[in-house]
Amino acid sequence: MQELIRQKAIELLENGTVDRVLGWKAGEFFYDLTPAVFRTREEIERDFVYSVFSGANFSKYLVQESRREGKIAAFLKPCDTYSFNQLLKEHRIWRDRVHVVGIACDGMCDIDKIRAAGARGITAVERDGDTLKIETLYGPMTMPKADAEAERCISCKSRKLVVYDEKIGEDGDVIADSPRFDMVAKLEAMTPDERFAFWRGELSKCIRCNACRDVCPACTCEKCVFDNPKSGIAQKAAANSFEENMYHIIRAFHVASRCTDCGECTRVCPQNIPLHLLNRKFIKDINALYGDYQAGADLETRPALLDFQKDDCEPSVVYERGGEQA
Amino acid sequence: MKKLNRSRIQELFAAIAAGQRLYIPADNKGQAQFLPWVEGLEMTGALNTVRSAKDLFFPQTEELIGFQVKGREIQLQEIRDPGEPFVVFGVRACDAASFAILDQVFLSEPADTFYEARRNHGTVVTLACGRPEETCFCTVFGIDPAVPGGDVSGWFAGEALYLQAATEKGEALLASLPMLEDADDAAVQAEQEKIRTVLEKLPLKDLNLTGFDGEHLMEKFNSPAWASLSESCLGCGTCTFVCPTCQCYDIRDFDTGHGVRRFRCWDSCMYSDFTMMAHGTNRPTQLERFRQRFMHKLVYFPADHEGVYGCVGCGRCLTRCPISMNIVKVAKTLGEGAK
Amino acid sequence: MNVKMDPLIPMIGVVTDIRTDTPDVKTFRVVGLDGKKPFEHIPGQCAMLSMPGIGEALFSITSSPTNEDYLEFSIKKCGCVTTWLHEITPGQQITLRGPYGNGFPVETELKGKDLLIIAGGIGLAPVRSVINYVRANRQNYGTLDIVYGSRSKEDLVDYAEILDEWSKEDGISVHLTIDREQEGWDGHVGFVPNYVKELNFDTSKTVVMCGPPIMIKFTLAGLLELGFRRDQVFTTFELKMKCALGKCGRCNIGDKYVCKDGPVFRLDQMTELPDEY
Repeated sequence: MQELIRQKAIELLENGTVDRVLGWKAGEFFYDLTPAVFRTREEIERDFVYSVFSGANFSKYLVQESRREGKIAAFLKPCDTYSFNQLLKEHRIWRDRVHVVGIACDGMCDIDKIRAAGARGITAVERDGDTLKIETLYGPMTMPKADAEAERCISCKSRKLVVYDEKIGEDGDVIADSPRFDMVAKLEAMTPDERFAFWRGELSKCIRCNACRDVCPACTCEKCVFDNPKSGIAQKAAANSFEENMYHIIRAFHVASRCTDCGECTRVCPQNIPLHLLNRKFIKDINALYGDYQAGADLETRPALLDFQKDDCEPSVVYERGGEQA
Repeated sequence: MKKLNRSRIQELFAAIAAGQRLYIPADNKGQAQFLPWVEGLEMTGALNTVRSAKDLFFPQTEELIGFQVKGREIQLQEIRDPGEPFVVFGVRACDAASFAILDQVFLSEPADTFYEARRNHGTVVTLACGRPEETCFCTVFGIDPAVPGGDVSGWFAGEALYLQAATEKGEALLASLPMLEDADDAAVQAEQEKIRTVLEKLPLKDLNLTGFDGEHLMEKFNSPAWASLSESCLGCGTCTFVCPTCQCYDIRDFDTGHGVRRFRCWDSCMYSDFTMMAHGTNRPTQLERFRQRFMHKLVYFPADHEGVYGCVGCGRCLTRCPISMNIVKVAKTLGEGAK
Repeated sequence: MNVKMDPLIPMIGVVTDIRTDTPDVKTFRVVGLDGKKPFEHIPGQCAMLSMPGIGEALFSITSSPTNEDYLEFSIKKCGCVTTWLHEITPGQQITLRGPYGNGFPVETELKGKDLLIIAGGIGLAPVRSVINYVRANRQNYGTLDIVYGSRSKEDLVDYAEILDEWSKEDGISVHLTIDREQEGWDGHVGFVPNYVKELNFDTSKTVVMCGPPIMIKFTLAGLLELGFRRDQVFTTFELKMKCALGKCGRCNIGDKYVCKDGPVFRLDQMTELPDEY
């Protein structure tokens, strides 16, 4: 797969389709790939990597990149294409300045999961079919690739490429029986006190780096309210530990019905907070209250919360669904 | 040298905690951090905490002074927490070395008394790194994780924990712990040998920082490589928050409705408002902000502090950066013999 | 409480007098709660002023150290703290701490020299301290040339003091200029950098300069053309600051902190520092 993608990148540069390529650049180790713009065959041959650690979603970078002169090629995995489509729908990307190459994906790995499985001092990981062969400073080990997959990949919603100019590999399908709402259902089954304790525990780890916002393809405001000193909520301080909770809840509200569930927020969180669960709760509720809706699946339909219909459910439904207060 | 059977470590924690507050590296929802020890709290299995031990001396947020404003009059209100003695157990050599760097900033005249008080109150018990990670490169900065520094240095060897006091504060702490037995240092020496064989295998041990000094300040600053290095930076500042040597801060006022509290909190040179003034900023894009962070650690700090780098090689930025950009990549790209 | 007073903790001061200099500049006279000058300083040094709840900001002290009664700050309205200050009336308390920075080398490198002072707009504030210090210690300095420019006649800070006091003293030559022609103005019209070149000063003078970065840049170029060397020119910088103690980490130009190593720099020092100000 990596060879096909590198060849395609070189081909697109050399036949003049694009003048630059957005891809994953090799790091110090095999797993620490950095999003980068490649401009020459030499750069691609030297540093372009596509592997089970090519998790970064490039859609948001294209907001800025498509404002630059020329044309850029971007390799998008199925879930990335949903983000790209959603941004197109919001008129955030200049479509004619991006050449989208859709690439099939069967799940990205999370280095933290490999570490959690006991690997220390990891010096190499090689994929061999369904197995990962891991070299460490303390000897080799193997683990099933499935056990190293990122949570968002285990509960993948779709392997379908919803937008592309050309594709590499076989296009997949929407995964009808995705288990992505299982954890949300578990949280819903908790008592309010238990649920509160769950979120306080998770969100108390937040360091307010705002990486979740910075990476989020649905967060494309030119100036975020949390960066505006005049908003009164731009404190960098954890002045009161509940402020972090408010930040995450407000952000989830803001992206509700536009969030495609790409999972970037959780991937980048330095504290491994499962932020995607907040978004999934909204998606699950929107599906229940307004009918099934997948943000980014197409360019035409209007997000439920940005579209008023006379038969929309009343806000009081939220109160009725609230459950017993402790 | 003192020793204690590893199985009695909770007993040791209880004895320390009986006299003063004790922090140990423990897991909080899967993330290692320094937590106040309470009965039964176990040490993390992770090599190091997500956030560094600087938190205990330079907390993310702290109140400096209160104000009461009545009409046109202002009254100062002393609200500072005078603090109390504490022990932090299990600090790694890199974090222990970071205190010397923070001291250079905070204790230089005029000393920051908030930091100074915590430094005076804190007793640091370090632990040697039995199993360094691939992201570790403290040895590049002359730090020896087999001899980890602090007021008391500690080693796990075989079935025992060995402790060796290095300062008066450390002596006092060990003297107050009757369960410790005298020991020779044979087991510790063997453990140190073992650690050093691993250090030889660390992939980043040969990171070359030649040319990162005041002499080459303009050359490094003007390098065209900053554009590509910074191009995908999100500006989230995670690197600065997890960094044991990053110490930039902001001072802000919070109006509680019944008085104003002036507090300081961590800030990040990666943020767009860091140098924003009424008429604009001298670092308008992420390139300048990104460059500032790495220039500070690799060039400005050593230029001002006799060659001491503002980095201890803990590897946190390597594991935590959302886009996997870090000081090692920067140093290799800008360094001598760079491509 | 038996703890050392932290350098970040301010003292309370009282604003005793407010003078309106221009449409957007006022000069504030500040004393301590005891009615006395809060602290001693060197020309070019700064202080942190604040109103709790509004914010804290750094201002240069415009009064001369030879003034024994109070500190003065000439402040242009442009941000949160300055807007608040422009709305207060005498009797208002504020907080202050300082003095900060190195100041101009009035007792060393400037001593015994013929001085050329160049200022633009609110840039007069820090150099006014130098001018009045030199006037009070006249025997220690040679001639004093002052080039001062602003957008318009109304925007010349301390216009009354310039006309009534500075212009009338022996050994002081004042050269005023405004950006555009204006009714009631028969003085020079044009930008400061050009005026400095036109005046064709003797290159033996030592230069003290303050103004907007663009003025500094072009004036320096003009001075170099006239034959001045960079090591004859002193200027003062301003960048975002929070602590003013060299610790909060934001006002650096290269490895130098403006608050601690500056704000006054000799321009030959700046050639070894990044152009990031």
